[in-house]
Amino acid sequence: MAENNRAVLKLKEKFAASIIDVVEFRGEVTVTVAKDSIIDILSFLKLSLQYNLLTDLTAIDYLGKKEDRFMMVYLLCSIPNKDRLRIKTPVSEADCRIPSATQVWGTANWLEREVFDLFGVTFDEHPDLRRILMTDDWVGHPLRKDYPLQGPDREPYKGRLS
Amino acid sequence: MATTETMTLNMGPQHPSTHGVLRLVLELDGEVIVKITPHIGYLHRGIEKLSEHRTYHQILPLTDRLDYLAPMSNNLGYIVAVEKLMAVEVPERAETIRIIMAELTRLESHLVWIACHALDIGAMTVFIYAFRERETVMEIYELISGARMTSNFFRVGGLSQDVPEEFVKKVGDFVDAMPGYLDQYEGLLTTNPIWVKRTVGNGVISAEDAVDIGLTGPALRGSGVDWDLRRDNPYSGYDKYQFKVPVGENCDTYDRYKVRLIEMREACKIVRQALDRLKPGPVLADCPQVCYPPKENVYNSIEGLIHHFKIASEGFPAPVGEVYQGVEAPKGELGFYIVSDGGNKPYRLRIRPPSFVNLQAIEKMCLGSMVADLVAVIGTLDIVLGEIDR
Repeated sequence: MAENNRAVLKLKEKFAASIIDVVEFRGEVTVTVAKDSIIDILSFLKLSLQYNLLTDLTAIDYLGKKEDRFMMVYLLCSIPNKDRLRIKTPVSEADCRIPSATQVWGTANWLEREVFDLFGVTFDEHPDLRRILMTDDWVGHPLRKDYPLQGPDREPYKGRLS
Repeated sequence: MATTETMTLNMGPQHPSTHGVLRLVLELDGEVIVKITPHIGYLHRGIEKLSEHRTYHQILPLTDRLDYLAPMSNNLGYIVAVEKLMAVEVPERAETIRIIMAELTRLESHLVWIACHALDIGAMTVFIYAFRERETVMEIYELISGARMTSNFFRVGGLSQDVPEEFVKKVGDFVDAMPGYLDQYEGLLTTNPIWVKRTVGNGVISAEDAVDIGLTGPALRGSGVDWDLRRDNPYSGYDKYQFKVPVGENCDTYDRYKVRLIEMREACKIVRQALDRLKPGPVLADCPQVCYPPKENVYNSIEGLIHHFKIASEGFPAPVGEVYQGVEAPKGELGFYIVSDGGNKPYRLRIRPPSFVNLQAIEKMCLGSMVADLVAVIGTLDIVLGEIDR
């Protein structure tokens, strides 16, 4: 159960005020935390609970579905303990920035550049925040939900006519 | 006093040793690299964005085009993630065939790796030999799926169809012959003085740095970290198989070469075990809400036809929730993170590409070395741009 997860117990002890939600689905534990303490929590998980591998870092755009538009997702993995943990934190569109996790894991460098490129979330204190997949002069952020699938200057696809 | 200045050299995106459309801007002091700036994205097709507009069954062909040298590993990663989301139980025969194909794909991918890696360092014979063996794997692909590369063979809940009768013999012959071929490659390379000089001490990355930068797969194991998802986070029934996980010691290109070669031998053993386990039975789960009906029902009964039409046009609704599934692809951990809002399409599909994360290590591995060593490092990282750019 999610309540008995070793990381959840420790986090509840140490960062009780920052935890917004704990969910378990299909055996995977997701902890949603407040943005202010994200770096403290990630460092704590890495240094004290041995979540040494940042498997993935990405974002979700909840345009019109949630109060805070973006959700940052950190997928952590512990090689010594062979378990995984997912940390999420909401980022609002008005204050679309979050501290960079590069100070905790080197992996975050390119992964954050990708989120910056495709979602337009800014990472404070990132060493090299540039677009990575799109060209430098690209306008817009393709993975946002209000970015049309067909590209910016074309009629939206309305389904097959036949 | 003579003054010196650094030179900027552009390498790629059209360069034979960058294995695709990778562009590296190098800053050189003489021939020594002082800075590397990789530019990627030339092959960006927006697969993650496209996936948000397709049903779960329709996304599968897109995954073939990620790491196009290992299509079935990508299929497997995606399919296992969707099955986790839908809580579908897969029949044993389907699972066993999946493992056979995933391991053959590992062999295929590693064969391309050894071929191109050796060619880059000047050993052309190995290239020709390895592509000869790869041809056999592609023939097996063609035999079961009709395609040599974009196989699209697995389905949510099982396989698109059962394998033909000659499959077992053809795969068995191949994995029996493969160790002999591996001996041939080793005879050409392992103690070859040029190969040893070019790879020993090249591209060193410590275990600590490797974990920090997020390396996975053979690149991580070459640095001495004993981590393999097939054993440590088993999926698709890998826990029923016995195999060794090779680990390197010196963290260099030569150790990564040895790790991959042992992995190929172990892959042959896994395929052999799987062939012995292969029993007749269904290859598709009995789960009509999610799976396509068997083809004979579609052709011979109106109910089957309606069922097929419904699954093909509407797909199936997935429960609200999110899952992540990582699989040990030939290049490292390939992960699929699916967020479902209850609809028939994923709300967000994130692909965690091993090559993208592994390529990040290039700067750490190459600073202070020569340009020719950079070519060896690109080979040893075993990157595929289709997966990096998505």
